[in-house]
Amino acid sequence: MPVWQGHTPEARARVRACAARLRAGFEAAGAAPVECPILLPAATLLDLYGEDIRARAYVTSDALRGEQMMRPDFTVPVVEMHMAGGAEPARYTYAGEVFRRQEEDEARANEYLQVGVEIFDGSDPAAADAEVFALVRAATGGMQLRAATGDIGILMAAVGGLRTSAPRKAALMRHIWRPRRFRALLDRFAGRSEVPASRASLLAAADPFAGAGPDIGLRSRVEVEARIEALRADAGTPPISEREVALIDAVLSVRETLPYALENLRDIAVDMPAISEAVAGLAARAEALEARGIDTAALDFEAAYGRTHMEYYDGFVFGLYAGTRPDLPPVATGGRYDALTRVLGRRAGRPDGIPAVGGVVRPGLMVELGGAA
Amino acid sequence: MSVKLGVPSKGRLMEKTFDWFRERGIVLGRAGSDREYAGRVEGIDGVELVLLSAGEIPRELTEGRIHLGVTGTDLIREKLAGWDLRVEELAELGFGHADLVMAVPGCWVDVDTLDDLDAAASAFRERHGFRMRIATKYHRLVRDFLRDHGVADYQLVDSQGATEGVVKNETAEAIADITSTGETLRANHLKILSDGLILKSQATLFRSRRVEMSDADRAVLKDLTARLRVD
Repeated sequence: MPVWQGHTPEARARVRACAARLRAGFEAAGAAPVECPILLPAATLLDLYGEDIRARAYVTSDALRGEQMMRPDFTVPVVEMHMAGGAEPARYTYAGEVFRRQEEDEARANEYLQVGVEIFDGSDPAAADAEVFALVRAATGGMQLRAATGDIGILMAAVGGLRTSAPRKAALMRHIWRPRRFRALLDRFAGRSEVPASRASLLAAADPFAGAGPDIGLRSRVEVEARIEALRADAGTPPISEREVALIDAVLSVRETLPYALENLRDIAVDMPAISEAVAGLAARAEALEARGIDTAALDFEAAYGRTHMEYYDGFVFGLYAGTRPDLPPVATGGRYDALTRVLGRRAGRPDGIPAVGGVVRPGLMVELGGAA
Repeated sequence: MSVKLGVPSKGRLMEKTFDWFRERGIVLGRAGSDREYAGRVEGIDGVELVLLSAGEIPRELTEGRIHLGVTGTDLIREKLAGWDLRVEELAELGFGHADLVMAVPGCWVDVDTLDDLDAAASAFRERHGFRMRIATKYHRLVRDFLRDHGVADYQLVDSQGATEGVVKNETAEAIADITSTGETLRANHLKILSDGLILKSQATLFRSRRVEMSDADRAVLKDLTARLRVD
């Protein structure tokens, strides 16, 4: 019998049944079921993620609506739908196909069912974080999944607290989710790497525009001059101290069970008070998790978790993995994405965004791992 | 059945490929008139010449419709994900040299590295309300390159030809294109970023890893690669 991505009709029916059960579970916990289109306007996703989204999502088009993307996840359409008319607090659940372009590994599924829950409720962020985690954990209960958690908000707070210029902080903040560029910038700002020769000679030149050729293109002379001014100001800014770089490194290397991580971060906060509030938030979340019956002593915490693959997640992040199958992607993932709602909110007249946290489960993987019963 | 060899159907690339084979005792040519796309092969039996557009040769190789093909490394890497699982590089042919590079207007005296480009892109987006446009036809190669180097706040716009002119026409702010001497870039007041080399390309003989072969085909291929001294 021909099968599709390993699915016989029977296996497919089990996946669909599992998805329906998961969604019913989230509904029973108070989430309202919603539907979203499969074809999304490409402009919104491109605006959010830039060119990288084209490597992850399928693009199609017609002459009437222009470029559209096949839904790579539900978060964006659910936030947009909520902003168009929902009132807080709100809890939503959904189930449906998502499509992920695969360019590296043919073994990875390019379409699969996803069931999710999203909470828009700013009254008690720690409680909302814990609620999502507990719901997703319970939905995959009995599967003995390993939980990895993190909190990108701590690194962001550490960057915000650096004793350096606002443009330097903004540059680091912009590359929080791109570790390689972040490191290169940090090394530059700390005076660890040499100033490129071309920049040194530009700043030393009597007339930087000598022999530059005619002004062409949309980026004007004024913009080039503004950047030269910014480079001059930066060259006059003292380096970020070795001590502060060491503290950033200390934050990034925290990797313990949650209670120990918390202790470790509190120690760092003594030397770096800027992260105190974020660490207090982590402590409040740990308490909220305990209140939901999660054993935090058995929960792994990694300050850098999710940094490369969860852009716009700016607080709590988590993933649930099958320890026996390291070849598989996580069975469930989630986190807080207030930053994403601020970007989407600009268009919807809500520039402050909405405090938002959510999680998704892949019923196909649950069935494959034998945990869907 | 026979072993099928795909060669670019036009211009200098075709002539130089014919020369390269002739030097190794295999004579390739068009079957009839100059306009006919059927080919002939002398000096070995069981090899069929297929004249194709250079841009189609990667796909024909990966679909297993030809056994061997001559095309640029740039086209193979742009068009085939996981290219080294699909084709094997048998020999670089020593012509058709071209570099895929990132270039920006010469008047951007503040931009010499990818680091500068990234910072300029950030400021550009803030000022103009859209992402800096980079014109190219090598979407995948350029996107992977810029992602690996952590450049953000840009968008790619498609340009299938005369790419060097887009900046002056204000349909893009920068370009990523093939150049051999840099002459056309300079003539259009563009400069190459000092760390902007994305790929060095040249005409290359590839073997498909995805083609079904009879024992007879295998023997012919072995004989051919031995005579070409690429086995």
